[in-house]
Amino acid sequence: MNRIDQRFATLKAQGRTALIPYLTAGDPAPQYTVGFMHALVEAGADIIELGVPFSDPMADGPVIQKACERALKHGTRLSHLFAMVREFRSQDTDTPVVLMGYLNPIERMGYEAFADQASEAGVDGVLTVDMPPEEADEFGPVLKARGLQSIFLVAPTTSDARAGTISAHGEGYLYYVSLKGVTGAATLNVEEIDEHLAPLRKLSDLPLCVGFGIRDGATAAAVGKVAEGVIVGSVLVGQIAACVDDPAAIAPRLKDIMGEMRQALDA
Amino acid sequence: MTKFSDLTRMPDARGHFGAYGGRFVSETLSFALEELEETYAALRDDPDFQAEFDHDLAHYVGRPSPLYHAERWSRELGGAQIWLKREDLNHTGAHKVNNTIGQALLAKKSGKPRVIAETGAGQHGVATATVAARLGLECAIYMGAEDVQRQKLNVYRMQLLGAKVIPVESGSRTLKDAMNEALRDWVTNVDNTFYIIGTVAGPHPYPMLVRDFNAVAGREAREQSLKQIGRLPDALIACVGGGSNALGLFYPFVEDEDVAMYGVEAGGDGVETGRHAAPLAGNAPRGVLHGNRTYLMSDEGGQVSETHSISAGLDYPGVGPEHALWKDVGRVNYVAANDKEVLEAFRELTHVEGIMPALESAHALAYAKVLAPTMRPDQHIVINLSGRGDKDILTVAKLDGIEI
Ligand SMILES: Cc1ncc(COP(=O)(O)O)c(C=O)c1O
Repeated sequence: MNRIDQRFATLKAQGRTALIPYLTAGDPAPQYTVGFMHALVEAGADIIELGVPFSDPMADGPVIQKACERALKHGTRLSHLFAMVREFRSQDTDTPVVLMGYLNPIERMGYEAFADQASEAGVDGVLTVDMPPEEADEFGPVLKARGLQSIFLVAPTTSDARAGTISAHGEGYLYYVSLKGVTGAATLNVEEIDEHLAPLRKLSDLPLCVGFGIRDGATAAAVGKVAEGVIVGSVLVGQIAACVDDPAAIAPRLKDIMGEMRQALDA
Repeated sequence: MTKFSDLTRMPDARGHFGAYGGRFVSETLSFALEELEETYAALRDDPDFQAEFDHDLAHYVGRPSPLYHAERWSRELGGAQIWLKREDLNHTGAHKVNNTIGQALLAKKSGKPRVIAETGAGQHGVATATVAARLGLECAIYMGAEDVQRQKLNVYRMQLLGAKVIPVESGSRTLKDAMNEALRDWVTNVDNTFYIIGTVAGPHPYPMLVRDFNAVAGREAREQSLKQIGRLPDALIACVGGGSNALGLFYPFVEDEDVAMYGVEAGGDGVETGRHAAPLAGNAPRGVLHGNRTYLMSDEGGQVSETHSISAGLDYPGVGPEHALWKDVGRVNYVAANDKEVLEAFRELTHVEGIMPALESAHALAYAKVLAPTMRPDQHIVINLSGRGDKDILTVAKLDGIEI
């Protein structure tokens, strides 16, 4: 069984909600990423989404745009991400790792080469922000053949018909984008999210995880009541931005935020 | 092997031009694009819609634009006869308005009160601000901070028209970054905002509908050639940024196999230097950006390259997906003209014909200087003079060491 499915099965048995942090790999510099991943797990992460830096992150707000710029300044590329995951796996064989990013770096490397190296490194799933299932008929099977899961987004604007297509193609979990906007945008309406998740539950057996707009224990707990998982990105990445000159301070800050969310979710 | 007649049946139902095109967007936008696709499918063959479009083009834009025989310049070049399709004479001074008139009609049907656009040279921004003013729509234009500097006149023009111009400071601070920011705006405001994309790029159905709206230039040029030359021209030349003026001219000639076509990209400092914006002529790898698969300048890690061109409107690392297909099947020859050649052509047409071209259009003229002398005086070249050069006067003055 894939690590992601296994993790959700365990969480379900325990009656707990998944806490899924996102970090851009290579931010503020490549040598820190693996340490951050372990810190996130220590503070209660169930799955890690590792962002592949891209020059043109169209779906991201300023916080993650800047993270991409910092990572790219150090030349972080896919081959480095594979090395990071490999190193992470030498100590942690349980925590699922999902690569999240845009298609072009993968397209340039070639689907087969990407999938071979990702699975060899110990990656479990791939979320390509700008590749909806309609465009994934070539890439999806290449991932599947290597046991890598394709994770897709569902948005508040997604029609029921599309949601059906997406859940038919999706594996691992469905990433519900909680609001119209880019990552890091502010407001979050839990009632509205719940309304949107209800029809998805009828269409899909996949765990529903909600991202965009979760910033502290309170928002995590509120969303956690209606979803199987909460995804948190910009708040964590913002800590890195605040400490670029003092990288040693980053991991403790990440752990603080994660700890607060973990506690709020488990309460 | 794709026959040229097959090219008239593109894109397929999913917006693919062979291996190119498509709809590579984040999920939030899928709904808006499906909606746009449906709206356009319903209107495309609707005689009332076409009549309204034609009426606006005639009475607001001033179409048809003339096909002008540049006799003196033809003589100087000493070869083929040069004909200029005068898109510079359109209202707002470029071909861009053909498309914004069409998309404004779609925006009106959609009932959305706000339009946004990206712009490089500012011509598409001006054309969008213009139709927004006319329809009373709120309008925001995204423009790279570098382009805001080099196209100051157009920035103020847009502001006078009532648009908000938002300088984009991220990335290379040019057209591609403006498009990123416009897409971010659209994702956020998709309920009340219509995105008027300015070239034959972006996710399906944009490449198709922008082509269709621009094709009026090619239909006119074909008819005018038959009337004024007495036959079809031997060659067509147009500059290619995203490729909308080029496709607009080329598309109605695609099955005329004896008509050669040349798309001229921005050579910048020279394609061999790497400092250019010529993904087709420079044989860039395939890639995905801004919703479509195409030839895309990027490094080995798949990061999109910074581009270089004297002309803001061509300073873009990708190109419309239909051009990518037309390159592969050999329908169009894609070449590049470098900044120096472009400036020479800009000055030459201004001096010899009293027509000051946009620096974008001057790329097409620069290639005419190469091609025409290899042809006979009884042969004919039609060039898309996509825009007028007023907006570029400050850029050229600066090169001449003159502060205005
Ligand atoms: C006058 C003119 N020509 C050409 C272009 C390039 O666009 P396209 O390649 O879509 O025609 C521009 C873009 O700003 C322009 O202003």
